Amino acid sequence: MTIMTIILVLMVMAALWASMTSILLRATIALALASATLAVVMYSLGATLAAVLELSVCAGLISVVFVSVISLTQRTPFKDMLKQRRDRLARYWPLPLVLVAGGVALSFVHAPVRIVLPLPGGDGDVRTVMWTLRQLDLFGQILVLLAGVFGVLVLFRKEGKDGA
Amino acid sequence: MSVLLLLAPFALLIVLNVLPRSTQGAAWAVCLVLFVLQTAAAALFPFAVLDWTFLAPINEAVGFTLAVDNLGALLLGTAGLAGIAALLVGRATFEQPRARFLFSCLLLVSLIGMNGIAMVRDLFSLYVFIEATSVAAFILVPLRKGKDAFEGAWKYLILSAVASVLMLASLGFFLLSAGGVSFDAAAAALAAPTPFVWAAAALFVSGLFVKGAMVPFHGWLADAYTSAPPAVSVFLAGIVTKASGIFALIRLAPALIGAAGPAREIILIAGAVTAVGGAFLSLGQADMKRMLAWSSVSQMGYIVMALGGDPSLAVLAAGLHFFNHALSKAQLFANAAAIENRLGTRDMDRMGGIAARMPLTGGTSAVASLSIAGLPPLAGFWSKLLIVLALWRGGEQVFAIIAILTSLVTLAYFLSLQRRVFFGTVLPEWSAVQEAGPGFVVPALVLAALTVIIGIGFPFLLPFLLGGGA
Amino acid sequence: MALEFPHSFWLYFIFFALLFVDGLWCMLATRNLLRVLIGLEILMKSVTFFLIVAGYLSGRMALAQAIVITVIVIEVVVVVAAAGIILGFFRTTDSLNVKNAREMKG
Repeated sequence: MTIMTIILVLMVMAALWASMTSILLRATIALALASATLAVVMYSLGATLAAVLELSVCAGLISVVFVSVISLTQRTPFKDMLKQRRDRLARYWPLPLVLVAGGVALSFVHAPVRIVLPLPGGDGDVRTVMWTLRQLDLFGQILVLLAGVFGVLVLFRKEGKDGA
Repeated sequence: MSVLLLLAPFALLIVLNVLPRSTQGAAWAVCLVLFVLQTAAAALFPFAVLDWTFLAPINEAVGFTLAVDNLGALLLGTAGLAGIAALLVGRATFEQPRARFLFSCLLLVSLIGMNGIAMVRDLFSLYVFIEATSVAAFILVPLRKGKDAFEGAWKYLILSAVASVLMLASLGFFLLSAGGVSFDAAAAALAAPTPFVWAAAALFVSGLFVKGAMVPFHGWLADAYTSAPPAVSVFLAGIVTKASGIFALIRLAPALIGAAGPAREIILIAGAVTAVGGAFLSLGQADMKRMLAWSSVSQMGYIVMALGGDPSLAVLAAGLHFFNHALSKAQLFANAAAIENRLGTRDMDRMGGIAARMPLTGGTSAVASLSIAGLPPLAGFWSKLLIVLALWRGGEQVFAIIAILTSLVTLAYFLSLQRRVFFGTVLPEWSAVQEAGPGFVVPALVLAALTVIIGIGFPFLLPFLLGGGA
Repeated sequence: MALEFPHSFWLYFIFFALLFVDGLWCMLATRNLLRVLIGLEILMKSVTFFLIVAGYLSGRMALAQAIVITVIVIEVVVVVAAAGIILGFFRTTDSLNVKNAREMKG
């Protein structure tokens, strides 16, 4: 059991908690925890920039978005919530078993895999790659962000005013 | 030209949003001009008459790896045409200037996305531009808020996101097996396939199937098309779904099928099931837009089915049907918008005899319906013929027969639409209805005219297309 | 990094598969629109994990990171758009029940 395996198990446990818990706010926290552990995994594998982005954006920004939406939408009354918990348990209880069983079963697979050989001079630095080889993707990112801005303009305004 | 196609609309988008509010009313007109310019540039592309060398310094500075070929030019031109139709219908259906402005801006974003799809040489860049187009699309659907619109947008978003996950997983496998994600790297990997390459190809194709609403991933399309505002439906049906899913399949099909294995069978079966399923689901519809939406699913199945035919004809047949369907479907949705605008309903069972009151709408819709059903001498006849030929010559006689039989079903549901909506005596409640305004009629007339012209002129075009290679 | 991490594909693949199944199950078994979004997020995490692993095992970490960074940006925009749709849905129907979002015959 290496450290990597332990961190990966923690990541899956956090994701499992996010699915299983019936309280949305806890699910959001669990999701942030899963993002944080994923960031640690990424950092250990050498993807430092991606890890930073994963931590700040996924664990941070997305949690903020989720919490805002949760707070803006109504809470169910308490008596409904207990019934809801029993209902959802009926739908969710197989999940941990499936995951554990699947994990154990897959660990016996030892098929040989052919992976491409690493490049002799190494891959280069991600910053160089992004700015010199993948400018098109940067442009695409900006485009998607613009679309998102318009999305906010369209979706998050209340009714009335100029009405779209 | 390629860099300009990305940067010009982008610059326009920035400019439109930086100028003061008072200028926003004219935004749609400027966009219209841009779309017309793009259509013209794409139409002239095969003739190589335009000299773009003055753009070389921009190309070097920006460093995008783009390339325009005939297939890409097809998408560029089709996107331009669909955009023109959508903008005209949008001008007529969005009364608020703010709504019109947001619509124009989102249309520009979609256009840049689709131009990117047409010109990239890399699987990940393709993914990024497909995502840009999709995000613009699922913001366009709920532009006019309403429960149905949100439901349609939600289904579209979720299924689109799942498709993205599948495509990204595919890229992971490509990284492992090919060491890169460019088209060249993927093609090289497909030439010497390992299990990882198979996994990568299967996942990527599945993602594209979902984006293109192939059966069994078709659940989102009818709701999204039906609940979207009329101008958005014109755009979605005209080009967006085809560009984000089907176009990439047309590009990648030769490499996939060349790699042996079950790729060809899967493409044929998926295409056939979609074509047949969509056709039968159209038969029972009462809502005009919903019937047209299912018809779109069916026609996209045809395009995919064509890819499984004889390789020398497959891409040409698929590309031609891609273009014809865009022409006719955009026009039919413009007709539906006109009817909804004048009658206030989309329920075909309540309509009757509209042809007498709205002759232009009725006439153009007849042209488009017959074209998609494959009747000569309209454009659709040629593309259906080529599809059947490609399948027959490729040794897939069974699928060719399926294609012909489904054409009969297509004819049936379109005749049903024509009968219910346009023929017969005018019902009393519609006796005061007027022909729709120019915003609806002009795009319908232009597209219908194009359908007829291409249909009659196609035999003269064919040798040039076959010789030049599509 | 001073520590040595395993270079075996199947170890990482197991965790990718576990996360993927978890996200998918969450999306399918829930009745709440927000939880569908959480499931989708888990799915995307699984795939970004897989991409980083692919970069690590094939020695192309720069390319993998470039891809993942772009993917994270796109993911954020999609989540914000989804949140907007959920809000819009909530404001018009006053519920987040998925059943209410399945009324159109599709």
